[in-house]
Amino acid sequence: MALQSLDIKQRSATTTPSTQVRETIEIAKLIDVSACIGCKACQVACSEWNDIRDEVGNCHGVYDNPMDLSAKSWTVMRFTEVEQNNKLEWLIRKDGCMHCADPGCLKACPAPGAIIQYSNGIVDFHQENCIGCGYCVTGCPFNVPRISKEDSKAYKCSLCSDRVAVNQAPACVKACPTGAIQFGSKEDMKDYAAKRVEDLKERGYDQAGLYDPQGVGGTHVMYVLHHADKPDLYAGLPANPSISPLVALWKGFAKPLATLALAGVALGSLFHYVTKGPNEVSKEIEDEIEREDKEEAK
Amino acid sequence: MIRDPKDLKRYTASERANHWVVGISFILLALSGLAFFHPAFFPLTQLFGGPVWTRILHPYLGVIMAIGFIVMFFRFKHLNKMTPADKEWLSKVDQMVDGDDHNMPEQGKYNGGQKVMFWALAISMLLMILSGIVIWRAWFGLPVDIVRLGAVVHAAAGAVMIGLIMVHVYAAIWVKGTIRAMWYGTVTRAWAKQHHRGWYRQMTGK
Repeated sequence: MALQSLDIKQRSATTTPSTQVRETIEIAKLIDVSACIGCKACQVACSEWNDIRDEVGNCHGVYDNPMDLSAKSWTVMRFTEVEQNNKLEWLIRKDGCMHCADPGCLKACPAPGAIIQYSNGIVDFHQENCIGCGYCVTGCPFNVPRISKEDSKAYKCSLCSDRVAVNQAPACVKACPTGAIQFGSKEDMKDYAAKRVEDLKERGYDQAGLYDPQGVGGTHVMYVLHHADKPDLYAGLPANPSISPLVALWKGFAKPLATLALAGVALGSLFHYVTKGPNEVSKEIEDEIEREDKEEAK
Repeated sequence: MIRDPKDLKRYTASERANHWVVGISFILLALSGLAFFHPAFFPLTQLFGGPVWTRILHPYLGVIMAIGFIVMFFRFKHLNKMTPADKEWLSKVDQMVDGDDHNMPEQGKYNGGQKVMFWALAISMLLMILSGIVIWRAWFGLPVDIVRLGAVVHAAAGAVMIGLIMVHVYAAIWVKGTIRAMWYGTVTRAWAKQHHRGWYRQMTGK
């Protein structure tokens, strides 16, 4: 994508600004959990469009299949049975990359250009630059990236960046039979979500709301939740996700500061040598030893 | 080839070889580690056959250094016990750095500064080994919270260690007649009398 290369907002392990000239619309995928029937068409569409074929696993006695995200399963439906308002509820959440505005994976990545954030909000892994260190895993507050056992590269949902670049909706959106997955500009998705939330509230879900966590600057995959006050119900969706302070500290100011300190030690040593001179053995002691040797020789 | 048979033996061949194994692996580790430390150093990955090779090799180099270091640690541990004379030396270290050693107390094989260096390096190495195991994904798949902590500790202890080794190397360059001890194991008697008079007495009986 020739123009896509101009639409880069952030690039991993890069300290100079990325391209800033073009302005594109911020996009978002909206997953309406209340309208999901758990058919897994999105999982299939994802594997089909992206040409990934995960191993056919085993049945674990639950609907989740596969049981977890993997290098070859970029989205999975997570099924949870909970009791709310004295009623059994079956919560189904399509899990995958949230495409954070402030992506922890990108922040943690040491390989230049292995993780790209496009100006439309998509956070994409460029595996040809990936070195397989797994730091992105430590950066992610949603536990999404997976390292492939075959090639040691990190993989995750690309939000079908290739499709979006040519004005196509992501494959999962296309495949969803109930309209539970919507795609458009982030603004439109928020408007759409507001209507859905209103509808859910009318139907007795007082705490319905939009999940667009501000701890990571908002996300480009958002959820409509019937219990927005308890995101944890949905297979452990974090209530206040943020980049771990450890990662922020490690990748923030500490490293440039440490680099300066090391340069300081090196230059300090050099100037110490230049100003104080070498620490040589004194003439006095050398003469002493020589005298002793002569006396012994006598 | 012995130039002066009266030179004092400071290190055995095996001790020297041990130090070189640790030294070479440290340099390779520092270069490959810095590559992942800050983007400014990323081009260093080219020294190791590219970024992916750097990621693969770094931990194995770490194993070599760890083994070498542990052996060296137990070899020299008994020589690095702090004494009151070391504390006095350390309290006057500013005069030493200023280039005036007239008021420095008599030192044994190692002075207080060298002993502090020994223990600081040992602690850093321990942290490097533990945190390195935690973040070595090819062999150990640990919970993400521990890996996060491991990555921070590894980076911090690594930076401290590089700083310490810079001081260690500079001290050897600054004090003339020192580096030969690392090459062929001996120092002159005058060198020993000047810098480690206690050790000089012990070796010569004077």
